[in-house]
Amino acid sequence: MDNYANTLTPWERLELIRNKARPTINDYIPMIFDEFYELHGDRLYGDDAAILGGLAMLDNRPVTVISHVKGRNINENKKCNFAMPHPEGYRKALRLARQAEKFHRPVICFIDTPGAFCGIEAEERGQGEAIARNICEFMTLKTPVISIVLGEAGSGGALAIGVCDEMAMLSNALYSVISPRGFASILWKDASREKDACNMMKITAEDMLRLGIAEYIINEPIGGAHTDLCKTAENIKEYLLNVTAEKSKKSIDVLLNERYTKFRKIGEFEEAQKSVLKD
Amino acid sequence: MLEDLFKVVKTRFNGKETDATVSVDTNIPENIMFKCPRCRATMFVDDYARNNKVCISCNYHGRLSARDRLKLTVDKGSFVEFDSDMISKNPIDFSGYEKKQEELRESTGLKDAVITGECSIRRIKAVIAIMDPSYMMASMGSVVGEKITRAIEIATEKKLPFIAFTASGGARMQEGTVSLMQMAKTSGAVARHNEAGQLYITVLTDPTTGGVTASFASLGDIIIAEPKALIGFAGRRVIEGTIKQRLPDDFQLAEFQMEKGFVDMIVERKKMRSVLSHLMILNNYRPEEI
Repeated sequence: MDNYANTLTPWERLELIRNKARPTINDYIPMIFDEFYELHGDRLYGDDAAILGGLAMLDNRPVTVISHVKGRNINENKKCNFAMPHPEGYRKALRLARQAEKFHRPVICFIDTPGAFCGIEAEERGQGEAIARNICEFMTLKTPVISIVLGEAGSGGALAIGVCDEMAMLSNALYSVISPRGFASILWKDASREKDACNMMKITAEDMLRLGIAEYIINEPIGGAHTDLCKTAENIKEYLLNVTAEKSKKSIDVLLNERYTKFRKIGEFEEAQKSVLKD
Repeated sequence: MLEDLFKVVKTRFNGKETDATVSVDTNIPENIMFKCPRCRATMFVDDYARNNKVCISCNYHGRLSARDRLKLTVDKGSFVEFDSDMISKNPIDFSGYEKKQEELRESTGLKDAVITGECSIRRIKAVIAIMDPSYMMASMGSVVGEKITRAIEIATEKKLPFIAFTASGGARMQEGTVSLMQMAKTSGAVARHNEAGQLYITVLTDPTTGGVTASFASLGDIIIAEPKALIGFAGRRVIEGTIKQRLPDDFQLAEFQMEKGFVDMIVERKKMRSVLSHLMILNNYRPEEI
């Protein structure tokens, strides 16, 4: 692996991951997995094209793949709603995760979304409930869950498939509570300060490692994932082979306790008597 | 002039109290009059407060401080607070965050946006969390996440029901991605409380939105809402901005959420204690003997 310090500013990374040439899940799947069968629908309402799910072979290990889908042109993006899922997308993810649990397959989630869709129908069908349910159920899912952030990870839309045993980020990927634009608009009432927001929000892969949110950084080639798709896919695959082998060795009880603890310790606060910082 | 006349006719037609409604629309003296955000009726603040901050005209259940809510809900003298001295740090070094917190602690007398503790309601023991919208719109950061998680863990350990009165503008932006992770932390604790077979009741109050709706608020075994409380994931203005249309007035209100299947029942404030205690009894929790 090429090890180098990523010198790009958060804003430069945001521009890089929004680049139309940035590989999406559809580019990676054939390069990482040997077989892939897509499975559709949440069995409750419909099939959301913003979330893709299916069965795949990772070398000799069957896995369940769940991913946000980004398009690379306007037509693709219309179809997948710019990777912003509706509730049925999250419910499909949960259905497939439960299926993976039944057959003890690891679940691999690829996160690549600006956030959950904000619209009337999404609200009517329970966007909040769908995200909450996924977070809660993934926390006790009795099979290994690995998440990889490919590009943008925004808000509850990312977290709905982001509760996992280990999280990795591509070296230019960003993980934020809301898009930098939304952040600027809420806190400063000025969406045009997107760049300022992006640079101060602490949303890079290195920040996530420091805050205990991610555990691993997968290197992209210098210049970004799009400059060498093969190399990026190879790095992702190598990481996945190692991590699935490691997590599959653990007993379910140990795995679930560690998963709980991973999230349990995130937060920075103090108490009058004792100062507690990420104990 | 003519407009005023119409207003009189309209209010009479709707059978609302006329005097206050007609005259004060243009210039409402603060601290004397309360204008209902739902029906626009105005009333004396004293009358509104005496009615437990419920609109006299349309029954909108207004925002309450956590302390007032506690007084209305738990048995007198039964409340033992947890983690009363916990305060937030500044995980992403957001400029001015510490200062803002200090000022708010001063002006509200709160340490952050939630109080938690053990209590009894009509002599039935429970762990309770009450969010306070007067503190940074009860947004969820490290302190809210940690206090709620600890409260649920105590409820799990002591085999007690957990009752959460939610109100929130969502994740606390000033704590960045750390605030997002509080959704996972609290929901994880709910999952364990659930696996331990204990009852979780959420009471959604005005407004419950964003990351709180998308985590522990939506996970109750029984979900109660107060009349006309705003409940949703995305903010109204954000959705209007996306779809470029005005949303209907009742969009995301408690009644709308019940119709869509996301709320079990709408309960008035004055009946809340009674309903909560009965629900606990129906789930096999027993009042303590006197």
